Amino acid sequence: MLQRLVFALVLRPLIAIAVGLNVRHRERLPVAGPAIIVANHNSHVDTLGLMTLFRLRDLPRVRPAAAADHFLERPGLLSFIARHIMRIVPLDRRAREKGEDPFGPVLEALDDGAIVILYPEGTRGEPERLGRFRKGIWHLAQARPAVPITPVFLAGFGKVLPRGSFVPVPFFCDVFVGPAIGPDGRPAGRDAFIAWLEEAVRTLPGDRFRETWE
Amino acid sequence: MIDPLAPPVWWTLGGLVLLLAVASAVTAALRWRFPARDWRELSDRIRSWWVLFGVFAGAIALSRTASLVFLGLMSFLALKEFFSLIPTRRVDRKVLLWAYLAIPVQYYWIATDWYQMFLIFVPVYLFLLIPAIMVIAGETRGFLRAASSLHWGVMICVFLLGHAAQLRVVPDAGNPVAGAAGWLLFLVITTELNDVFQFLWGKSVGRTRAAPGLSPRKTVEGALGGIATTVLVAWALAQVLTPFSTAEALMAGALIGFAGFFGDLTISALKRDLGIKDSGSLIPGHGGVLDRLDSLAFTAPLFFHFTIFLHY
Repeated sequence: MLQRLVFALVLRPLIAIAVGLNVRHRERLPVAGPAIIVANHNSHVDTLGLMTLFRLRDLPRVRPAAAADHFLERPGLLSFIARHIMRIVPLDRRAREKGEDPFGPVLEALDDGAIVILYPEGTRGEPERLGRFRKGIWHLAQARPAVPITPVFLAGFGKVLPRGSFVPVPFFCDVFVGPAIGPDGRPAGRDAFIAWLEEAVRTLPGDRFRETWE
Repeated sequence: MIDPLAPPVWWTLGGLVLLLAVASAVTAALRWRFPARDWRELSDRIRSWWVLFGVFAGAIALSRTASLVFLGLMSFLALKEFFSLIPTRRVDRKVLLWAYLAIPVQYYWIATDWYQMFLIFVPVYLFLLIPAIMVIAGETRGFLRAASSLHWGVMICVFLLGHAAQLRVVPDAGNPVAGAAGWLLFLVITTELNDVFQFLWGKSVGRTRAAPGLSPRKTVEGALGGIATTVLVAWALAQVLTPFSTAEALMAGALIGFAGFFGDLTISALKRDLGIKDSGSLIPGHGGVLDRLDSLAFTAPLFFHFTIFLHY
């Protein structure tokens, strides 16, 4: 309820006026879970922008996966927003050292019928540059092979609020949504799958994306 | 002071509703007559016109302040689109913020009718401020290009477009027929119709390309037919909204026709330089904000000076 209120009254108008999204194929965004959205990551605004594209009644099902230590460790505004507004699925980056599955919470969320947003680059990295995908998404795809994966390419958000900056600057941003990838036709083998998924995200904008950030 | 809702303003807005209704009806008839053809772009275009007209008419009818807020928002959207199109340097993020801040400041000069400041703020003070902030950041690579392209955008989107707002704050006494709102309506309607006329003439009889290097859709026939039609419309509209004599009205129409043509071509040149087709996708069927406002940026200052010179 609080989440929907904040999105309807604050975040949606804010993103619409201060940022402004050009969305290609919005209708391809999943409306029912379980589903995985795989996107490139440039900025904290990525997640905000992406989440404003869902209908308010679908919003509670949308769960961005994010590092628990970054967002939840210290109590305060950031952790409150992460928990109650963004409703992140916390990823424990030290889970493997403790002998746990770092993607356990994501699997749980998927089993609850969530639409999970994942950034396989693992970090915002260099703004407006696509980094290499990490392997975690392969394990997820293995564990829940029936869950469709929707690739999304985001551009411009790194200019709005790059890593290390605190004041957002208005720019129009682009969101390219690809067709959902079903369980069939995925390449077997981890590295082939990762490279293939990376390609699926990278090639989404076609020739409509130009590097405008120097 | 003349009430902004003087009867001529209402008649004009009502006339536009009628015009749009005819356009919608023609579109519906075309769809029905030729169902096989794709009418989506045309109907998107007309629907967007309804929305643009609705917001603009609402702002005009509401108050002077509402009109300025509306035009200021247009300046912001256009500038945001411009900054999103051109290559920018990460180091200039601060400069961009200052450039955005120039919009409320410039519209404040307009709202308080501080004409001298309105004239020099962007061309002089912002021209000094932008490089000054950049010098503090200290990055020299791409300095000249960044400084000039950022200022160019503010000139087009804030200074030139701002003349439409400045036209709204001149004393109503200069236009005993419909007040300052009458000048603004006259400018915006003739400018936008000129775009439409040039497009329609070009589409129906266009043969000779006017600027083959810039835009395949701009033709000599389109430009001349469009300007001629605009002159006629300006003459008719001037009877309702302005104290222009016949000669003045015809000259205003020609001025707006030519300036609109070159404004349109200028943004086409920019887009061609950047290798893109539309400046954005905010307005379905039209493209971006700049695609819609490019001609107004050029007609507004010229028509403003024309009007001030003759009637103030």
